[in-house]
Amino acid sequence: MTPGRVIGPVRQMPPAVPAPAAGEGLDPGTTPEEAATALRTAAASVQTELKHRGSRASGDAKDVLEATALMAADPMLLKSAVKLINGGASAERAIWEAGDGVATMLLNLGGYMAERSHDVLDVRARIVAALRGVPAPGIPDSTVPFILLAEDLAPADTATLDPEKVLALVTAGGGPQSHTAIIARALGLPAVVAAQGVTQLADGTTVYVDGAAGEVTSEPDAAREDKATRWKDRASVLADFDGQGRLADGTAVPLLANVGGAKDALAAAAAGAEGVGLLRTEFCFLGRDTEPSIEEQVSAYKGVFDAFAGKKVVIRTLDAGADKPLPFLTDASEPNPALGVRGYRTDFTSPGVLERQLQAIGAAAADSAADVWVMAPMISTPAEAADFAALCTAAGLKTPGVMVEVPAAALSARHVLKEVSFASIGTNDLTQYTMAADRQLGPLAALNDPWQPAVLALVKATVDGAGAARAAAGGSAVVSAGTSTGGDSATGKPVGVCGEAAADPALAVVLVGLGVSTLSMTARALPAVSAVLRSVTLEQTRELAALALGAASATGARSAVRKHLSVLDQLGL
Amino acid sequence: MSERTATIASRVGLHARPAAIFAEAAAELPVEVSIAMQGDPAEDALDASSILSLMGLGAACGDVVVLRAEGDGADQALETLAKILETDHDA
Repeated sequence: MTPGRVIGPVRQMPPAVPAPAAGEGLDPGTTPEEAATALRTAAASVQTELKHRGSRASGDAKDVLEATALMAADPMLLKSAVKLINGGASAERAIWEAGDGVATMLLNLGGYMAERSHDVLDVRARIVAALRGVPAPGIPDSTVPFILLAEDLAPADTATLDPEKVLALVTAGGGPQSHTAIIARALGLPAVVAAQGVTQLADGTTVYVDGAAGEVTSEPDAAREDKATRWKDRASVLADFDGQGRLADGTAVPLLANVGGAKDALAAAAAGAEGVGLLRTEFCFLGRDTEPSIEEQVSAYKGVFDAFAGKKVVIRTLDAGADKPLPFLTDASEPNPALGVRGYRTDFTSPGVLERQLQAIGAAAADSAADVWVMAPMISTPAEAADFAALCTAAGLKTPGVMVEVPAAALSARHVLKEVSFASIGTNDLTQYTMAADRQLGPLAALNDPWQPAVLALVKATVDGAGAARAAAGGSAVVSAGTSTGGDSATGKPVGVCGEAAADPALAVVLVGLGVSTLSMTARALPAVSAVLRSVTLEQTRELAALALGAASATGARSAVRKHLSVLDQLGL
Repeated sequence: MSERTATIASRVGLHARPAAIFAEAAAELPVEVSIAMQGDPAEDALDASSILSLMGLGAACGDVVVLRAEGDGADQALETLAKILETDHDA
């Protein structure tokens, strides 16, 4: 699902270590002393392994690995485990329970300590794996680059995933918008998700992966070897973006970046992004027990604004809930979190947090040269859009907007956009809600495809509604402030796309044809999207959009469009 | 029993890297050293070579802790460890 053609040996990601059963006792033939010795040996081997990895890492990863290595043979942890062994527990069960106790203690301390509780649980699982003689959980350590095979990847795996070592990602589970796919796009790695039978492949098997075609083949033939070689050659053509998104006829289509903090923003600016189309603000909030102070938020946002002085930065207010829970804002016991109090809706249950965030954004914007636009996630009705716009005005923010993720917002775009200055379509959630398919579920991957004509129809409805909203406003609406190059068309309020769909070069063409004026994506995707957009005129994008809209299925839409874009094959996309 | 107090100098408190440096140094010493917050009873003191105990202690920048050890080389050991606590490792 992420383009790229590579050949390499595979390594399976070992499954999570199952918990030793509660009450699992010592084997009749084992004395407590022997079990304690076995535990100490296992702990020492885990410590050595983590120390070794730490010595090869750098920066934050090094510090984390070194601290984790110390935890592995921690005297307090081992002492409490040995106590349990002396009480008759098996070594595996003893370290499991002892780790639980320590992790709970750290969790109760909150903040930074609570985050470290994951490290204790990781160490505990590694020690149990060592005691059982099975491979340690997590991404395998290897000195040669490999293709990683996994059931699925979690966001936490990104931290330990070394892009120098991993050639491609292949997972048995997960959909096109799962964490694996997002991680792969962010790292620029070819990836295939929901691949059947790959967990049967033995470590070391040579495999060919074609991310765009979704193909995984063991023992590749000469033709495939040739394709992989050609991809490597062409990848260099796609290495750079010159900072100007446009079509073959010169029509400007600003290409912006999705970023999650100042570090990302600097990288995106260096990659030529013409602005930020989605600044996620969760980085300020996640992993915390309490709301960050206004001052703290101001400095975090300003860090991103400063990387794009004179350019547009679209900041999204806090999008907590569903897969991003926050202890002080969301209710973890909701039966259906994706349909629960998330995004803008947290303002219903915890008023004040959003107001203070907007105050911080306003202060950071006033103090920076960026053209700051601000939008709320999960807006469903014109009334919500109006309330949000009023909060923005109160905070001195001049360009309020909404995310269109809920089908209702797309269908009533005409009224929603009367209240605000712009809309940005979040295709990941819009697809999940349109198709009623959880984006994390592998079996629903085919439904969860932004090429679904129903999703494209909602994109068109949003653009049409935005056009009508502008006409209704009698041309008096101020669409953007400052020096924006926002790309607003003469006829409507600007509608951008900031979901993963914008990073698919063929789909990007369709979105432009549907009337979307800016595309925002992971910075890695900028060169490929730019190269493909430059091969088509505005007229051609409209014809291709009509083809996609008229198709009966996602696969039909995709293949109809791809057939007309020969540049894709030339570039191996 | 030797005893010495020290003020935590690291801006993040006794967490993360400072805690790792301290625990590693304590583990290498010939004597067992305990650590407690000033004012806490001695029997609640924790093993100074346990990074997890140190993290649980929750000593912040500016907090005063008490180090205790017994036997040969105890004074020297406490001096070494106190110096580590009084250094800002984040600087």
